[in-house]
Amino acid sequence: MTKEQRIRWIAKPLVFVLCLTPLMWLGWQAFAGGLGANPIEATNRFLGDWGLRFLLISLAVTPLKAVLGLPVLMRFRRMLGLYAFFYVTLHLSSYIGLDQFFAWGEIWADIVKRNYITIGMTAFALLVPLALTSTKGMIKRLGGPRWKKLHMLVYPAAILGVFHFFMMVKADIREPLIYAAVLAVLLGYRLVARARRRPPRPVRRAQRTQTA
Amino acid sequence: MLIKVRKPSDVLSSEITPRSVYLDRRRFLQTAAVAGAGAAVGSLPLAGLAATPGAGAKLEGVVKSPYSTGEEATSRESVTSYNNFYEFGTGKDDPAANAGQMKTRPWTVVVDGHVAKPGSYDIDDIFKAHRLEERIYRLRCVEAWSMVVPWVGIPMADFLKRVEPTGSARFVAFQTLLDPEQMPGQRRAVLDWPYVEGLRLDEAMNPLTLLGVGLYGEVMPNQNGAPIRLVTPWKYGFKSIKSIVRMTLTEEMPPTSWNKSQPREYGFYANVNPEVDHPRWSQKRERRIGEFLKRDTLKYNGYGEEVASLYADMNLAKWF
Ligand code: HEM
Repeated sequence: MTKEQRIRWIAKPLVFVLCLTPLMWLGWQAFAGGLGANPIEATNRFLGDWGLRFLLISLAVTPLKAVLGLPVLMRFRRMLGLYAFFYVTLHLSSYIGLDQFFAWGEIWADIVKRNYITIGMTAFALLVPLALTSTKGMIKRLGGPRWKKLHMLVYPAAILGVFHFFMMVKADIREPLIYAAVLAVLLGYRLVARARRRPPRPVRRAQRTQTA
Repeated sequence: MLIKVRKPSDVLSSEITPRSVYLDRRRFLQTAAVAGAGAAVGSLPLAGLAATPGAGAKLEGVVKSPYSTGEEATSRESVTSYNNFYEFGTGKDDPAANAGQMKTRPWTVVVDGHVAKPGSYDIDDIFKAHRLEERIYRLRCVEAWSMVVPWVGIPMADFLKRVEPTGSARFVAFQTLLDPEQMPGQRRAVLDWPYVEGLRLDEAMNPLTLLGVGLYGEVMPNQNGAPIRLVTPWKYGFKSIKSIVRMTLTEEMPPTSWNKSQPREYGFYANVNPEVDHPRWSQKRERRIGEFLKRDTLKYNGYGEEVASLYADMNLAKWF
């Protein structure tokens, strides 16, 4: 088996199934009555948690590739990103279908009135075009640089996702703080990497005086 | 979700020992101690002192109340496993996991401020001095869920009459136990500990207001606020302060914990009101625990007949 075959026929299916285990666990708990006194709340929170986790996991791919020297990780980035979208979509669906049971008036009122839901919805809206342009065909049609630029929307989406969690908790901000810290590391890495790629200062100053 | 692992040292003696044996042993120790003390003093009456019940022990002599709702009570499992009691952690299942070790005996409630009979009231004396009533009340949490709880308690008015508030008393300030040793949630400043709450004196004297000491006919489980807690069924749940150690009769409106934490979101009155919006949760509807579809929330949680007159001239949007 070539390396390419191992990635395609073993590693990818394995990661695919692994990413589904939270959902299978949730299904099992729902079936076995393990979700406690308020199973709808438990379901919605569980899906929100995993949406945010997969968002952070997909954002960790690029830094990990560089730090560990494992370019092969990039082969999994699209799948992980789509799983983030998958869990966030389920989270939104459970809010609409389980929590509110399609009470559209209430849902609309929540989206415009409750800041944490407005922000969650904005984060979701930012992720939609990314999911839609995740196919090879769309990457070709947009062209690499434009596709890359568009997909920078994942940064504000992740920031808003963490912020959404922050605003949702009543008093105990410990958990959202953990997510915020992880996100700060992942985004901080990119800032540092970008600063390093930039030409050194004197050159830039020289350029600026030239154009002035 | 943070995962809690229970340490072996956390095992309760009530878990290892069959409950009857465990209770008998407690009763025996208690009787022995009292008998000893009685022998020393020479003249202590023993009757009625024999049983100091632990959580889950049956309460005797409980009378039914016309204030009870006929609605189906929420399962005991849900009532005792889905709790907001931040002194034991902020997760709904934390109190059931962590409150087991709280010692509820000996326990005294200090009554001070503008009262004719201030003092330290022993919990067992409170039990003995008042009639216990079963009150099946709706409970509405500000988080938009609700339950029906068969409380056992003492009408707050009965207790207040005993301690005799003076003419200048206008409010009752309540305080929860402060003991980070027993209450692990207090080791982090999630709220400004100890938890404090308050009622206007006429609210406290309202016939609905209860000092809860049990539920489902048994002594209050620790996670529900043992050994004594407030129950005000027309107000959001956070008003019903748990594990009370002090009641102070005051002239001024006392501070309340959630109001101190988020003044924009939680007011002093906290009356259930579907018309007054909360920035975090719509208060129009609620999910009754155990049900799928939400139901409409009733003003004063359906207790308007008993309490609406308390707020007759007030702007409820301002005094939320
Ligand atoms: C990128 C998008 C989103 C992410 C990453 C996300 C993530 C989360 C997380 C982590 C939580 C907290 C879960 C917990 O307490 O353990 C949460 C709660 C919640 N989210 Fe989202 N969310 C997103 C979008 C949305 C959208 C679009 C809605 C609805 C329109 C929504 C509605 C809610 C609600 C109602 C809660 C609170 C549940 C409760 O109070 O029990 N979220 N979300």
